[in-house]
Amino acid sequence: MAAMSTPAITPTIVVVGHGMVGQRFLEALADRGVTDRARVVVLCEEPRPAYDRVRLTSYFSGNTPEDLSMVEAGFMEKHGIELHLGDPAESVDTAARTVTARSGLTLSYDTLVLATGSYPFVPPVPGKDAEGCFVYRTIEDLLAIEEYAKTARVGAVVGGGLLGLEAAGALKGLGLETHIVEFAPRLMPVQVDEGGGAALLRTIENMGLTVHTGVGTQEVTAGENGAVNGMALSDGSVLPTDLVVFSAGVRPRDQLARDAGLAVGERGGIVVDEQCRTSDPAVFAIGECALASDGRVYGLVAPGYEMAETAAAALEGEVSSFTGADTSTKLKLLGVDVASFGDAHGAADGCLDVVYSDSRAGVYKKLVIDPEGTLLGGILVGDAEAYGTLRAFTGSVPPVSPEQLVLPAGSGAPVALGPAALPDDAVVCSCHNVTKGTIRGAVTEHSCTTVPEVKKCTKAGTGCGSCVKVLGQLVNAELEAAGVEVDKGLCGCFAQTRQELYEIVRVLRITSYQELLDGHGREAARGTNGCEVCKPTVGSIIASLAPTIGASGYVLEGEQAALQDTNDHFLANLQKNGSYSIVPRIPGGEITPEKLIVIGEVARDFGLYTKITGGQRIDLFGARVDQLPQIWGRLVDAGFESGHAYGKALRTVKSCVGQTWCRYGVQDSVRMAIDLELRYRGLRSPHKLKSAVSGCQRECAEAQSKDFGVIATANGWNLYVGGNGGATPRHADLLAQDLSDAELVRLIDRFLMFYIRTADRLERTSTWLERIEGGLDHVRDVVVHDSLGICSELESLMADHVAGYRDEWAETLNDPERLLRFVSFVNAPDVPDPTVKFVPERDQVKPDLPLLSIRPLDEALEGTAAR
Amino acid sequence: MTIAPEKTQLSTDTQIQLRIGDEWLAVCPLSRLTPGRGVAALLPDGRQAGLFLDRDGVPYAIDNRDPFTGAQVLARGLIGTAAGRPFVASPLLKQRFDLETGRCLDDETVSVTAYEVRLH
Ligand code: SRM
Ligand SMILES: Cc1cc2nc3c(=O)[nH]c(=O)nc-3n(C[C@H](O)[C@H](O)[C@H](O)COP(=O)(O)OP(=O)(O)OC[C@H]3O[C@@H](n4cnc5c(N)ncnc54)[C@H](O)[C@@H]3O)c2cc1C
Ligand code: SF4
Ligand code: FES
Repeated sequence: MAAMSTPAITPTIVVVGHGMVGQRFLEALADRGVTDRARVVVLCEEPRPAYDRVRLTSYFSGNTPEDLSMVEAGFMEKHGIELHLGDPAESVDTAARTVTARSGLTLSYDTLVLATGSYPFVPPVPGKDAEGCFVYRTIEDLLAIEEYAKTARVGAVVGGGLLGLEAAGALKGLGLETHIVEFAPRLMPVQVDEGGGAALLRTIENMGLTVHTGVGTQEVTAGENGAVNGMALSDGSVLPTDLVVFSAGVRPRDQLARDAGLAVGERGGIVVDEQCRTSDPAVFAIGECALASDGRVYGLVAPGYEMAETAAAALEGEVSSFTGADTSTKLKLLGVDVASFGDAHGAADGCLDVVYSDSRAGVYKKLVIDPEGTLLGGILVGDAEAYGTLRAFTGSVPPVSPEQLVLPAGSGAPVALGPAALPDDAVVCSCHNVTKGTIRGAVTEHSCTTVPEVKKCTKAGTGCGSCVKVLGQLVNAELEAAGVEVDKGLCGCFAQTRQELYEIVRVLRITSYQELLDGHGREAARGTNGCEVCKPTVGSIIASLAPTIGASGYVLEGEQAALQDTNDHFLANLQKNGSYSIVPRIPGGEITPEKLIVIGEVARDFGLYTKITGGQRIDLFGARVDQLPQIWGRLVDAGFESGHAYGKALRTVKSCVGQTWCRYGVQDSVRMAIDLELRYRGLRSPHKLKSAVSGCQRECAEAQSKDFGVIATANGWNLYVGGNGGATPRHADLLAQDLSDAELVRLIDRFLMFYIRTADRLERTSTWLERIEGGLDHVRDVVVHDSLGICSELESLMADHVAGYRDEWAETLNDPERLLRFVSFVNAPDVPDPTVKFVPERDQVKPDLPLLSIRPLDEALEGTAAR
Repeated sequence: MTIAPEKTQLSTDTQIQLRIGDEWLAVCPLSRLTPGRGVAALLPDGRQAGLFLDRDGVPYAIDNRDPFTGAQVLARGLIGTAAGRPFVASPLLKQRFDLETGRCLDDETVSVTAYEVRLH
C-alpha cells in the first residue's frame, strides 16, 4: 500500500452523501489511484450503499434493492474506502476542518466533498404529514408506499412532472385507482410544450389514470384515525383518496453547507466554481446539491457525473471544468416515450418549429431549428425512436430535411437516419459523455465484439440506457466494416438464423426438411442427414406454419416424424430409465371429479407414479413405450387430450379461481384461462410457451412470470409479456392495459405469431424480448400500433392454427400404421422391454436404474434433453 | 460395416438382417423403418440393437444401450451427419455415436458395439 510508505502525510478525503454522484466520485478517485494515496471516508445517510435512483421505479417491476446497487461487489474493500452506512453528517467546522456525524464520529479532513443530493419538496399544505402521505425518492420510500398500498384503494400524486408521472405509474401498478393533480395547465410542463402535453394527457387517460390539470392541492384531509381520506383542491372540489404521494419538485440539500457558512444561492444550492469548489477551497460540492457556475442546479444524473469527474480531476491538479450540461432526457413514463433535447422550447431568437402531431395515436414530435437549418432541439412524445440520433445531431445541420425526421415510419418516404451518418465527435451516450468515436474505438482498438463488452469498456449505455439501441447499431456497423463475420447460422448445416429459415419456409411454402437442406443449407451439408439441432427446429417451423403453407399439421406425418425430438416423436416425455411420462391437458386447471377419477384409475391400472406438476396439472410417470397407446386410449375416451408437456408448444395456462368464488376477483379468470388454453393448444413455437390468468392484482396465478400473463382489472384485462421462471427468472412487462376479451385475444394472437416468426431456436419470450432490437417498445409498436403493417397477417396465421388444431393422441390412435411404432421391439411386438424396471417408494414406484459402467462426463450436457 | 443397397432392387418384402457371429438374423421388413430414425430389436441373447435408416435408405445398427445413462434408448435418437460421418444423438443427454463404428463423437473413451447389417 502506498499509504505505508508515506505514513505521515496521508491526506484524508471525506465524502458526505453516498448517492449516485458520490459513488461516481469514488470511482473517479479509484481510477486515478487517489484511493491508494489518501484515506477516503464516506458518510452515508441511507441504510444502504449507493443505488440507481434513476431506475428506482423498476423496484415495482421486480428489481430488488440489490439489483439496483451501483457498487460493484468488493469495491470498497479493494480500494480501502471506509463507508459508514446510516450515519449522516450533522455539522461541518470549516475552520477546524472537521465533520461530525450523527453517531458522534468526528473526522478531520483535508478535502471535503458534499454530494448530498436533493430532497423532495412538499408544499406546505395543511395535513401534509397525515398518515398515508409519502414522497418518492428512496428505496425506503417505495417500501413504505408498497406496504401502505396494500390497504388502500385510491391513490393521488401531487405533481404531474416527470417524477410525478413515474410515481403515478407505480401506484397504478400497485392496483390503485390513480389520480394526478398538476398545478400547471399541462403535464410535464418543464420538458414538453402544450402540444406534447396534450398528446401525453390523452395517452395517460386512455390507460385509466385520472388527470386534474390547472388545479392546486389546498389541503390533505384525514379521518379520525389520522389517516388520509381525501384532498381539497383549489377549484373547490374534493378528491377522496387513501394515499398521497408528493412529487412537486426537488430542492438541493444545502443545509449542512449553510450552517457551515458556505455560500449558497438565493433559491438554494451550494455555490461552486468551474472546478466544483465551494466558497471554501477545501470543500467541493457535486451533484444535485450544487449550484453550478452557470447559475443552474441540475436535477439529472449526467451533469452530476460530470461534476464528479471534474472534482476528482481538480484534486489531482488536472485541467477540467464544469460549466453547464445538456439536459436532454428520454423517459418511458407509464409505457409512453417522452423525450426532450437541446433547446426544446425554442428559446433561441428566430428559431422555427417543425411539428408532427397525431392525437389519435398519441404521437407528438417537434423539432426546433434555426434559419440556417441547424437542429437546436426538440420534443418527442409517444414515439421517441429517433431520440438517440436526433440528440447527437443537435448543433449541426442534419443530412436530411426536418420534415422527414418527424414523419412516422410508413407515411411518405420514411428515412431511417442511421447512426452511420453521425460525426465521430457526436455524443452518443450523454449520461457518460461517450462519443461515437470512442465507441468505434472500443470495437476497432479494444476488440470488443458485443454491446455488453462495449458497455463495460466505455461505460456508454450504463446510465439511463436510452442510448443502447444506437450503441448496438454502431457496434454492428463497425464490426461489419472491419469485416468481422459473426456466424449467426443456426448450426453446421444452415448459415441462416431460425428467423431467416422461418421466412424461407413461409414465403416459398417449403414443406420438406430435405428440400430446405438441399436447396438452402450450407454447401457441405446439402444431401446429408442434417443434424439434431436443425431437424427439430425446422420440424417446429413447419408445424407452426402447417395450415398456412399446406403441410400436414400432424407432427408424425411422413418426413415430419423423422424430425421430431424423441419426446415429440412419442408424444410423451422420456425419463431417465427409458420410460415415458404422460400429461393430459387440464385447461385452466379446472377438472371435474369424474375426470380426476379416470386419471386415478388409469394410473392405478398401469402402475404409474402420479404427481401434481408445477404447472397445475397431473403427470403420470413410468409408462413403457408399448403402453402409451393404451393409456391414451383410456384418457381420450374420458375426454382428455394431449397436454403437449413434451413439445416446444403451449404448456399450461394457469388460473386462479377468480371472480366466481374469490371475494377479491374482478373477472372470470378461470373462463379466460380455459379459452386461452384451448385457443393456443398445439401451437408449435421456438420454445415452450406458458401462460396464466389472475382474477385480480393479488396475482395468485403468477401471471407475471409467464410468457404471456393476464391480470384482471375492473375494466378488463392487463396483458404482460416476456415473463419467465426457470433458471433466469424475469418479471413480465406490461404490454397493454384494460383490454376487452376480444382485444386481449387479438393482441396475444399477434404477439405469439410475431415471436414465433422472429425468435431464435430455444429462445423463450423473455430472452427474445431482451435481445430483439428495440425491445418491448418495438414489439409494442409492431403488435399494438401495427408499425410493420403485418398484424392482419399475424392474425390470419393464428386463425389458421386454431382452425387446423387436432389432438395428436387421438390422431395417432386412429392410425394403425403409426401405432406400429409404439412397440418396445420391432421384431418382438408383444415383449415388454425387460430393462424398464421399477422399485417401490412412498407407496408408489420409482425407476430401478441400471448400474452404470460409465458416468456422464460432461455435466454441461445435463438437462439439455428437452432443450 | 454397411452395405449400401441398389435402391431399385428394393421390394416390399425386403428384410433388414443383422449379423450375429456367423449368422444373419432377419429383424423386420424394411418398410417398418422411417428414414432418419431408428427402431429397437431384441437379440437372441437378450441384448438390444438400434436399427437405423438414413435418408438415402442406407441401414445401420449399433447397440441400443446408451452407455452414459444405462438406458436402452439409442434407437429413439435423431440421426445426422457430422464431418461426413453418420451419427445418432442419444435422446437422453445428446451424446452422438458414429453409426458405422459405434464410437462416441463427444467422448473418445466411449463406444458401443456396431453391427453389420444388410438388406435381403
Ligand atoms: C413435470 C415438471 C416438474 C414437476 O414434476 O412439477 C417439469 C419437468 C421438466 N421440466 Fe420444467 N417441469 C415442470 C414445470 C416447470 C416450471 C413451473 C411452471 O411451469 O409453472 C418451470 C418454471 C417456469 C418457466 O418455465 O418459466 C419449469 C422450468 C423448466 C426449465 C427452465 C426454462 C427456462 O426458461 O429457464 C427447463 C429447461 C428447458 O426447458 O430448457 C425445464 C425442463 C423440464 C424437463 C423437460 C427437463 C428434462 O430435460 O427432462 C422436465 C421434463 C418433464 C417430464 O418429463 O414430464 N423446466 N418447469 C413440471 C411440468 C409442468 C406441466 O404441467 O407441464
Ligand atoms: C424516481 C426518480 C427517477 C429519476 N429519473 C431520472 C432520469 O431518468 N434521468 C436522470 O438523469 N435523473 C433522474 N433522476 C434524478 C437522479 O436520480 C439524480 O439526479 C441523482 O440521483 C443525483 O445524484 P446525487 O448523488 O447528487 O444525489 P442522490 O442520489 O440523491 O444522493 C444523495 C445522497 O446523499 C445523502 N445525504 C444527504 N445529506 C446527507 C448527510 N448530511 N450525510 C450523509 N448523507 C447525506 C442522501 O441520503 C442520498 O443518499 C430521478 C430521480 C428519481 C427520484
Ligand atoms: S388473484 Fe385475486 S381473484 Fe385470483 S385467487 Fe388470488 S386474490 Fe382471488
Ligand atoms: S445516454 Fe443514458 S446511458 Fe447512455
